Amino acid sequence: MQQRQSFDIALKELKLKLLRLGGDIQEAIRLSVSAFEAQDADLATQVVQNDRKINVQDHEIEDLCIRLIATQQPVAGDLRKIVAGLRLAMDLERMGDLAVDIAKSTIRLSGQTLLLPIDEIPAMAKLIDEMISEALNAYVNNDVDAAQRLAALDDEVDHRYRKLVEGLFATTSNNPNHATQAMTLAFCGRYLERIGDHATNIGESVIYIISGERSDLN
Amino acid sequence: MAKSMSVRNLNAWYGPQHTLKDISIDLDEKMATAIIGPSGCGKSTFIRCLNRMHETAPYAKVTGEVKLGDENLFDLDPVDVRRVVGMVFQKPNPFPTMSIFDNVAMGLKLGGIRKQSELRERVERALQMAALWNEVKDRLNRPATALSGGQQQRLCIARALAVEPDVLLMDEPASALDPISTMRVEELVEQLKNDYTVVIVTHNMQQAARVADRTAFFLSGELVEFGETTKIFTKPSDSRTEDYITGRFG
Repeated sequence: MQQRQSFDIALKELKLKLLRLGGDIQEAIRLSVSAFEAQDADLATQVVQNDRKINVQDHEIEDLCIRLIATQQPVAGDLRKIVAGLRLAMDLERMGDLAVDIAKSTIRLSGQTLLLPIDEIPAMAKLIDEMISEALNAYVNNDVDAAQRLAALDDEVDHRYRKLVEGLFATTSNNPNHATQAMTLAFCGRYLERIGDHATNIGESVIYIISGERSDLN
Repeated sequence: MAKSMSVRNLNAWYGPQHTLKDISIDLDEKMATAIIGPSGCGKSTFIRCLNRMHETAPYAKVTGEVKLGDENLFDLDPVDVRRVVGMVFQKPNPFPTMSIFDNVAMGLKLGGIRKQSELRERVERALQMAALWNEVKDRLNRPATALSGGQQQRLCIARALAVEPDVLLMDEPASALDPISTMRVEELVEQLKNDYTVVIVTHNMQQAARVADRTAFFLSGELVEFGETTKIFTKPSDSRTEDYITGRFG
């Protein structure tokens, strides 16, 4: 039995780096939502500043994947892990950017009294948090079932996003002065909805790693 | 030009050693098929059966059927078989005492072509197909051994092509060459598969992935998996194929 010890160690390193990035992204999203709910501009600023560290991690993962492709000529399952690793990093990095967008919305709203109903946003955030945990678990445990469960959660997020937008429209039609704030809140909903889509992409990448099959969970 | 080969229940032995076990495979025309597998898996024996060279080894035996088009190779004269099923070996083996021109012309002369103008035309065509013409056209009478290793290998390919075979067998044709010469041979295979049925044995996974339309994985004399190269290298069906191509055993 011939081993590719250093390559296997590098693949484990890739997995660990992705999980670390995933954990940091989940934390960034939690903080951005907390800052939004509490209208805490300082906490939101912290999320914006932390994004630089997330980008550094993303670049490290990308560099590792490129190095492994260039030096190890991966094929079959190894190749799928690395290609999916690049996609996972890209999805996670985008999720981090969306957390920053939520934080910037909070900074934009700071000092204003929220005049509109936003109940759907914490509810969406709770579902998103569950989706990220599920996506990372699916990746760690090579769990196709966990990956597939993301589709139903994403449907629920989409449903709540539609409800949020409908509620905001209904309110602003009676109070046109609230349009600017409604737009910012609708964008926050949209950012969360997009985070959910990236979580389903992670699920699709996990299915690709395990089976080599393409899937559509969105 | 370019006939398909159909192999059914091919078994081969060296004395008591059963080196190929019931191989059935279709090698389609105008396609390059790569044969991969660890040392001793039977891949060289397999292609040596395809031009009846296996039988020339002492104590060798072969059973089964190899069809070239509609004809069973084992019903034909072995010399005729080797004219229509050409072979290129791992180490370039030009005739050392002959010129570049004569190396390519020899097979044609043995085939009864005597007219100088026809010989010149066919030698030039073969050298052009082997992507060697531009490098040797001004020194055709120089000894073949004056060429570099990569050029010698392309000369051997030209020699095989000169007699216009239906099938070209290549047994690790680039394993003794430097990376530039290897790339030239691979580019050549890309060209040749438009006109010939090409079967290439290689230890180089990336080479198989680059040049072959289909790939067959042999292990311990058995054909484990055969399919589209892209599928074999991204999503093999058999875990033994995955273990081999990812370097986890071999």
